[in-house]
Amino acid sequence: MRDVVSDIPIRFEQVRLLVRGVTILDNVSITLAAGATTVLIGPNGAGKSTLLRLAMGLARPTGGRITWGGRSDVPPQRRAIVFQRPTMLRRSAAANVSYALAAAGCARVTRPEQVADLLGLVGLRDLARRPARRLSGGEQQRLALARALANDPDVLFLDEPTASLDPAATKAIEDLIRTIAARGIKLVMATHDLGEARRLATEIVLMHRGRIVEHTDAAQFFSAPQTAEAAMFTAGELLV
Amino acid sequence: MRLMHAFVGLVVLVSGTAPALTQDKSIVVASTTSTEDSGLFGHILPMFKAKSGIDVKVIAQGTGQALDTGRRGDADVVFVHAKAQEEKFVADGFGVKRFPVMYNDFILVGPKSDPAGVNGTKDIEAALAAIKAKAAPFISRGDRSGTHAAELALWKAANIDVAGADRGTWYKEIGQGMGAALNMASASNAYVLADRGTWIAFKNRGDLVISVEGDRRLFNQYGVILVNPAKHPHVRKDEGQAFNDWLTSPEGQKAIADYKIEGQQLFFPNATQPGA
Amino acid sequence: MQHLRMPETSVIGLILSADPALVGIVRLSLFVSLTAAACAALIGVPFGALLALTRFPGRQAIVVVLNALMGLPPVVAGLAIYLLLSRSGPLGSLGLLFTPQAMIIVQTVLVVPIVAALARQTIEDLWIEYRDELAAMNVGPLGRIATLIRDARLSLVTALLAGFGRATAEVGAVMIVGGNIDGFTRTMTTAIALETSKGDLPLAMSLGLVLIALVIIVNALAWSVRRLDERLAG
Repeated sequence: MRDVVSDIPIRFEQVRLLVRGVTILDNVSITLAAGATTVLIGPNGAGKSTLLRLAMGLARPTGGRITWGGRSDVPPQRRAIVFQRPTMLRRSAAANVSYALAAAGCARVTRPEQVADLLGLVGLRDLARRPARRLSGGEQQRLALARALANDPDVLFLDEPTASLDPAATKAIEDLIRTIAARGIKLVMATHDLGEARRLATEIVLMHRGRIVEHTDAAQFFSAPQTAEAAMFTAGELLV
Repeated sequence: MRLMHAFVGLVVLVSGTAPALTQDKSIVVASTTSTEDSGLFGHILPMFKAKSGIDVKVIAQGTGQALDTGRRGDADVVFVHAKAQEEKFVADGFGVKRFPVMYNDFILVGPKSDPAGVNGTKDIEAALAAIKAKAAPFISRGDRSGTHAAELALWKAANIDVAGADRGTWYKEIGQGMGAALNMASASNAYVLADRGTWIAFKNRGDLVISVEGDRRLFNQYGVILVNPAKHPHVRKDEGQAFNDWLTSPEGQKAIADYKIEGQQLFFPNATQPGA
Repeated sequence: MQHLRMPETSVIGLILSADPALVGIVRLSLFVSLTAAACAALIGVPFGALLALTRFPGRQAIVVVLNALMGLPPVVAGLAIYLLLSRSGPLGSLGLLFTPQAMIIVQTVLVVPIVAALARQTIEDLWIEYRDELAAMNVGPLGRIATLIRDARLSLVTALLAGFGRATAEVGAVMIVGGNIDGFTRTMTTAIALETSKGDLPLAMSLGLVLIALVIIVNALAWSVRRLDERLAG
């Protein structure tokens, strides 16, 4: 059912991605290691989402290599992703989580209990029977998190999870993210909100035009950025 | 072909009933629209069923199509009104034997306004000649039916070549049955050759009336033939023959004679008439 | 249907007295069209889903042909099935010509393209939305098809209703392969055609209104099922 070997560290070796002749990622090499909450920041079109999708295994690079725990071509059994606008299945909240558990190979008998645990973790227990499509934006995002945790992942990717949410919902999600990080799950998150990066990151990756510009410890990045782009970005200027 | 079989199997499965193969005691009779539309079958078939227990399923087509159906083996019996074609059918080996059953007559139906000036006359060939001379609108069934064959024979006897030299827009071939032809004639104030049975039962007459009747050349004979089991082994020959026997029996002949609409008898049994 | 020819009998009277001939015709029409719609669903939905989710050389051509077949002339389909099922034809030994089963077969042939083409479009659109999530959850090919069909069910019901509508309205094909046999293969549409050709236009029109009423009832039932589903599952 599941490998004993972990999916992390995730290693990109000179990864390139071309789509219809346009370079989206250009010679990206990075290691996503256990422990840190890694936050990808940068302007729109920098390639943050693309890097997440490749790391998740939803797309294949045009050039270079990606390995998970040292292996290539690993199916997504121990990793998960939450999108900015998650797609809800046309059924109840509980059924959505149950679906994810079933896909992860969870036995039918233990599913109800697991569903209750996950819904409880994200604070949706009272809304278990509600049709998922009728949940609010923040509730749907929490449900997406519950689904993502169904296969007990080693690493969780989050692609701008709070970009569409109001501040109250954003806070709820960020609190959950901290809880999940505290459980030892590796987090890799993309955001365009500098404040959020400050609040959550222990490691920062700044991307610009498909390249990694700076990759340092968060405290270091915000106090003493090393590149000109980093300085401009943290000062709130447009990176063109 | 295997795919087709699988598909048919699915349909049978989903529809939950087995195909007609297993149906007991029924025959398929290919007949003409005139016998069906006039209501004759509705009258005599229940009597036959009560007597023999055989269900008669009637497919009402034109004579040409009915004989075709018999040739293909898709019917057990054919019951039509075109003696020459029927005899050829038997001669070619598709039918066992032809039995005369009954006759009715054709009538020329036309608008009350009578553009050709033929209403009330008794000579059909003269009437047709008048219609052509005045180029009065005329509807032809054009569908290889017995009525169509009779119509063409009458034009020929009147020395008018409707397909060739005497063609014109006044002559319209519609390729449909008697009812449709009458509907059309009613809607366009045209003449049309019809069998009396369908005319009596027809409800949409508009301004149409009987123009010419009673000419001996308008006599219309029906015959019944069992499809040859030698050519098509699956033909239900016992039940089919039982039907033919009943039609020509005194009981069947009486049933035919008893069928009346508004007091008028439509079909005249003549199974015992020599040379019919 | 002898008594239907009596001028004094109105269709309302026949309906209220549940005239057996009329009941038989209505029952056959519903049986044939509903069965055809069901068969078309069993064939067309998975086929449409497969077409939506796979890529292979010639796929675009199949999609175009499938869309074009939605406009297949019923008489052509009727003639083709007639030639297949005739005793002189390849499937003649099945003895299916001039039976309700033949009518179901030809109507299924007419309805499958509608259901398959609409299913393909619906599921392809849904796939764009679902693709990443299902891939991320490591759902296999069969699971993807099942999930998409299930989540597209409301739109698929609409496609089925379109197919059912086509089947119910059809007269040429069922006339050719069914033979319009009184009490056996006479449906509402062929009965209307017959009464028209007998010149009884008021009766034909009344039967037509009964047919329309039936179709509305079926659609209303489907609509309430949809509403219930929407209320329960969003």
